[in-house]
Amino acid sequence: MHELSIALGIVDIAEKETKKANATKVDAIELIIGTLSGVEPEALEFVWQVAVQDTVLAKAERHIEYIEAKAKCLECETTFSVQNVYDACPKCNSYFKDVFQGKELKIKALEVS
Amino acid sequence: MCGTCGCGTGDGPTIVKIENHDHDHSHGHDHSHTHTHDHDHSHTHKTVIELEQDILQNNNLLAARNRGFFDAKNIFAINLVSSPGSGKTSFLERTLADLKDQYPFYVIEGDQQTQNDANRIHALQVPVVQVNTGKGCHLESDMIYNAVKQLAPKDHSFLMIENVGNLVCPAMFDLGENKRVVVISITEGEDKPIKYPDMFLSSDICIINKMDLQPYLKIDMQKLKDYALQVNPHLQFFEVSATTGEGMTPWYDWLSQQIKK
Repeated sequence: MHELSIALGIVDIAEKETKKANATKVDAIELIIGTLSGVEPEALEFVWQVAVQDTVLAKAERHIEYIEAKAKCLECETTFSVQNVYDACPKCNSYFKDVFQGKELKIKALEVS
Repeated sequence: MCGTCGCGTGDGPTIVKIENHDHDHSHGHDHSHTHTHDHDHSHTHKTVIELEQDILQNNNLLAARNRGFFDAKNIFAINLVSSPGSGKTSFLERTLADLKDQYPFYVIEGDQQTQNDANRIHALQVPVVQVNTGKGCHLESDMIYNAVKQLAPKDHSFLMIENVGNLVCPAMFDLGENKRVVVISITEGEDKPIKYPDMFLSSDICIINKMDLQPYLKIDMQKLKDYALQVNPHLQFFEVSATTGEGMTPWYDWLSQQIKK
């Protein structure tokens, strides 16, 4: 359950940024999660309440923007959507690919007051 | 929605960047953008902080720091990962027993509980630090940073980091290692690499352990490798038995090539 580490990492960053902005709480947080980031949305949901309890994020609304994974085939340069990391190129069936999108795991913005 | 004046529409709450910007948009009302006004009603002051910050940034920064330290001292660091029971510790024990007279080795053992693994390494008279992660399911770069301080490794040495037995979580956490080595035993089934692809994707080397059990199992070795290569076409394999020592020599040759003399 590395999602707990991820959630605690988010809390840590939010605490620092809130303090820096002379605010006391986060009203909303916007996350960006790529579909191949390695974070399961259900697992993150499961640990969220525990992780944010008694922190600046306790009452924050959470918005998540999911980024679809995309890769470029290193053999034929076809760009395609990736559901699983082991997907082959739909055109030439090569497994050599560069996943250029979908591994994001970021805090995009915080709304603090 | 415009983040400066709040005009425009959006579905639900929108979080936008607050910054000075120029753009053209029509207003359905006249007003000057430069006026100041007093107001004495109370209101909550809200600020939007545009971060775009990687959540793993702290781990990645410290991992980069570890990596720089290893480079400067010509320490070759290996992050050994696998599911529990694949034989990581036995594989490590065999490697240390056979090579410790040729190269200096240092070991960091990661487990949720107990010092059992560290005791096994200590019995080989190799410097070792045990990291117990408690509830944690993986090692992080700060644990390595602190463990390395305690180990104070010599230049031109190997640092073997045995991660917590877990084929999921350690994949996301860079420790600053030079190479990530995933151990799979043939008792685990051919399709392990596509069941837990992230770990095979992030690894450089795949050790296939317990080869001595092959006569007793219905395992298609080619299928196992094909699945692993589907996930990561760059993987390099070593087929070994840590128990009998079979197949260890090519692994030792590879290790010897990694350390700059």
